[in-house]
Amino acid sequence: MAATATAAARMEKASDLIPIFSTKAWKLKTKQQELLIRVSILLLVYILAFMTRLFSVLRYESMIHEFDPYFNYRTTLFLTEKGFYEFWNWFDSESWYPLGRIIGGTLYPGLMVTAAIIYWTLRFLRFAVHIREVCVLTAPFFASNTTLVAYFFGKELWDSGAGLVAAALIAICPGYISRSVAGSYDNEGVAIFALLLTFYLFVKAVNTGSLAWALASAFGYFYMVSAWGGYVFIINLIPLYVMVLLVTGRYSMRLYVAYNCMYILGMLLAMQIRFVGFQHVQSGEHMAAMGVFFLMQVFYFLDWVKHQLNDPKLFHAFLRITVSSAVGLGAIALGVGTASGYISPWTGRFYSLLDPTYAKDHIPIIASVSEHQPTAWSSFMFDFHILLILFPAGLYFCFKRLSDATIFIVMYGLTSMYFAGVMVRLILVATPAVCLISAIAVSATIKNLTQLVRAKPKTSHSGSGKGTTGTKTSSKGSFDQSLPFQRNGAIALLLGAFYLLSRYAIHCTWVTSEAYSSPSIVLAARGAHGNRVIFDDYREAYFWLRQNTPPDAKVMSWWDYGYQITAMGNRTVIVDNNTWNNTHIATVGRAMSSYEDEAYEIMKSLDVDYVLVVFGGVTGYSSDDINKFLWMVRIGGGVFPVIKEPDYLVNGEYRVDKGAAPKMLNCLMYKLSYYRFGELTTEYGRPPGYDRARGVEIGNKDIKLEYLEEAFTTSNWIVRIYKVKPPNNRW
Amino acid sequence: MRNSKLFRLIIFFSSISFLPILTLSFSAENPTDRRILVLLDDVSLKSSHSIFFNSLQTRGFDLDFKLADDPKLALQRYGQYLYDGLILFAPTAERFGGSLDLAAVLNFVDSGRDVIVAADSNASDLIRNIAAECGADFDEDPSAVVIDHTSYAVSETEGDHTLIASDNLIESEVILGKEKIEAPILFKGIGHSLNPENNLVLKVLSASSTAYSANPNSILSGPPSVSGSAISFVSVLQARNNARVLISGSLDLFSNRLLRAGVQKVGHPNKHEKSGNERFVIEVGKWVFHERGHLKAVNVRHNKVGELDEPAIYRINDDLEYSVEIYEWSGTSWEPYVANDVQVQFYMMSPYVLKTLSTNEKGLYHTSFKVPDVYGVFQFKVEYQRLGYTSLSLSKQIPVRPFRHNEYERFITTAFPYYGASFSTMLGFFIFSIVYLYSK
Repeated sequence: MAATATAAARMEKASDLIPIFSTKAWKLKTKQQELLIRVSILLLVYILAFMTRLFSVLRYESMIHEFDPYFNYRTTLFLTEKGFYEFWNWFDSESWYPLGRIIGGTLYPGLMVTAAIIYWTLRFLRFAVHIREVCVLTAPFFASNTTLVAYFFGKELWDSGAGLVAAALIAICPGYISRSVAGSYDNEGVAIFALLLTFYLFVKAVNTGSLAWALASAFGYFYMVSAWGGYVFIINLIPLYVMVLLVTGRYSMRLYVAYNCMYILGMLLAMQIRFVGFQHVQSGEHMAAMGVFFLMQVFYFLDWVKHQLNDPKLFHAFLRITVSSAVGLGAIALGVGTASGYISPWTGRFYSLLDPTYAKDHIPIIASVSEHQPTAWSSFMFDFHILLILFPAGLYFCFKRLSDATIFIVMYGLTSMYFAGVMVRLILVATPAVCLISAIAVSATIKNLTQLVRAKPKTSHSGSGKGTTGTKTSSKGSFDQSLPFQRNGAIALLLGAFYLLSRYAIHCTWVTSEAYSSPSIVLAARGAHGNRVIFDDYREAYFWLRQNTPPDAKVMSWWDYGYQITAMGNRTVIVDNNTWNNTHIATVGRAMSSYEDEAYEIMKSLDVDYVLVVFGGVTGYSSDDINKFLWMVRIGGGVFPVIKEPDYLVNGEYRVDKGAAPKMLNCLMYKLSYYRFGELTTEYGRPPGYDRARGVEIGNKDIKLEYLEEAFTTSNWIVRIYKVKPPNNRW
Repeated sequence: MRNSKLFRLIIFFSSISFLPILTLSFSAENPTDRRILVLLDDVSLKSSHSIFFNSLQTRGFDLDFKLADDPKLALQRYGQYLYDGLILFAPTAERFGGSLDLAAVLNFVDSGRDVIVAADSNASDLIRNIAAECGADFDEDPSAVVIDHTSYAVSETEGDHTLIASDNLIESEVILGKEKIEAPILFKGIGHSLNPENNLVLKVLSASSTAYSANPNSILSGPPSVSGSAISFVSVLQARNNARVLISGSLDLFSNRLLRAGVQKVGHPNKHEKSGNERFVIEVGKWVFHERGHLKAVNVRHNKVGELDEPAIYRINDDLEYSVEIYEWSGTSWEPYVANDVQVQFYMMSPYVLKTLSTNEKGLYHTSFKVPDVYGVFQFKVEYQRLGYTSLSLSKQIPVRPFRHNEYERFITTAFPYYGASFSTMLGFFIFSIVYLYSK
């Protein structure tokens, strides 16, 4: 369905560039025609972007996906029920027991407020929607809006053709879809829109030198800050861009106005977000922007002095003194600020962006998250497809027609590509840049080719007649005109381009439907007869918790499941996905990797009533707690040195079968995962206790639990819940 | 009727929300109207130990005497317990009749009910196992008895020093009564040692350092398995659910013969007309059946100073008041419990506030303090464990939140330079703009 729609959009786009010979169309003026076509293409792209993200709803149901979105959903629900001030001051005693969490001060409220406003608007218009539906569809809606921004951005960078191509590319680009399918109710869903909007408005401001655009850009930045921690990228990229313009001698009054207005207002606005607060003036990550701001003033001042002095020699002396003293002052201020602790040093996350190996060595909690892993080459191919090839071509075009705007997109593209290589999830940030730059390549190439194709029948000998109308293709036209078979060649190339683009559309649709539309809370597998088997064990377990445990029960699990337990099970958790307290997580990791009696002491000290583990041995679900267990050991061992990773390994190998380390076979996580599993035959022709996720027969089949008892195991054994027994009555 | 069965439930809840229900069952019960099953080896024990039984009956207990191998024995019917206490005077019973077995007795204890177990030399494995499950290990040699050559009771008939006069009593008025037992206590039977892993079981009557456990009729081939003050004659266990178990190594201890006997400890000139046994078994019996040393805590309340209602959440630096009423069961009524060592903790992983509660001597304990400057989920915890008393373990969860956005001071004096700076900048900019725009 979406595949055909994509093709249709592409045909429409192509038809924009090929003159239309139908007699009907001639009745409209060319300008009107173009406008009509452009608007209809945009409209189709807008709808397409929304539609292609609905696979998950059609295939499963209208539900929230994954982990973090459950927290966002829970907070949005709270916001719509209790109002903004309650939300802002919300102290949540149900997570991070017993520490609690100040929700209002530790989240980016942009997403929740956006969804709540949409919800209230719909309510006001008398649409009786449930907040969940709004949350589910927020990301697709914003993806559609992103296509509009991409169009305008492309238009600003190159021309409206490139804008249209950019809109179409970004509408279906898997790198973006991975974070914005229906149900993926996460910050990134709206943040990419905000990011691109901010960049677009800033480029517009630089191009026009208009205060109004700079102001709009500041507001775009404010929205971005309120939505996602990735705003740090903006506040570092823009100063870098300004710096590059200064160095390359492209300093102008337009730049001065745009940057100063955007920075000052953006900073003041950003400081209104509680989670960001004074970071803007106090944290090392934001210092580059401030430095560039002061540098701009120095530049302006020098410009003025140069104007006043009218003496190059004197000016050069003055320049040397001023620049060196300004740089010196800045360095001293930075040094003093850092030494006195006023300016906080860079955070671990920031370091790990600059040095991909940093997290692995120093912060296991960051390295343990799968989306923080360095990107594999295959996932670039998976997420970008032909854009990977078009990206360098686009860069070539950008360099060929260098302007303030193209410098910006080149820098955005290059830096974000670097970050995408460092962390898988930052592919998302790179996607708009890659789409825009590729769109320039596609648009410029096709434009050239179609001009060749169109030029031939009119004037058989001079192909440059029509070519000169293009603003920049005149040289190309004259260069092409000497080539033989150029028309046929152009047609062949055009067909090739369409073939590639349609492959792209097919690939995107396939990726979306196969890889990115799974809610991960409901698992699907193929049965023996090719039928779809649904494992709804997570929700089964969470609803069991909700209905069968006392309301103040505390559930201990690995932090991945914290948000889901609080949102769906409505029970207090010890740790959750907001990994702000490493020690608390390490305590849980320590409990999971200790023997049962030691773990019991830890669980008693945390008042744990239930322990929840995720186990994939029956279904072959590989992202279960046994496979995550080494991270628990590492994180636990990082704080409590009694936990040592080699104790759980045999010759550096992680195994659960007979040859596993004795500590591994008797630690709490192993016992809870494999309790009673030794009695179960999972696969025909295999011994009982055959673990299908790891493909081995487990090493400890006779597991006795002393301090815990099994409370609930879901129908496919994916989630197992244990009750912590009270202390022995007579001992 | 069912409420009286519930009497034995003691406050051991993490949440006090059940307290009102519990309190109801307490006030309704009448502990002297309780049924006790007495299992005997032999019907003759009923008369040979009549003083002890009579003392229970005169205090209002309803004794149900059964032979240990009675085929109709049952502690519960339709899931409800028929008895509130169990006296096992059947040291030689290898197995009980009916549905009664080791597990049934242990479940009886774990349901919060009380048991008296008396063993004897050649006690059966069943009795040994019951004792072992309660933390008391009898000497494994079936014919061993406790022998003490320095503190035996002077007697004309017995010359093997197995009738021991002991005065090594636990120092606890709650268990043994207010009046000190002057006369030594006669003991003749097997000794037991306490399992060191069990920290709930206590020696009530223990041996002197010269005692040892051996077969008096044979020559010692090696060192005795238990000896010295490690030997306990009578031990008690108060389980976590406040069920009380008494384990005695001697059935004779309760017998009329020893209760009436005069006693003279060897080496001591004064001869007591009557042994301390009667006082001892009666007082310990009172303790075991919860006529003494039973506390209850009711009306746990906390509120902000100046308010009456209990809030759902506190703010940091709030001043709050905490109060609890503690009563002790006197055997007939709930009397105010008076002590100066009841403490409350304001606890989150570790106590942030630890305050001793002051009492008005009418049962009300009260204190007030300031919530610490830390937010989180706190608990009001009272952990009151005193020798002989039932343990009070109250905890009540309460979250503490930080300031709301509008609860901070609106204007801070120290910040006035900043206010001045911002307003003067605004004013200056305004003037500058006017001057710049219109001064051509």
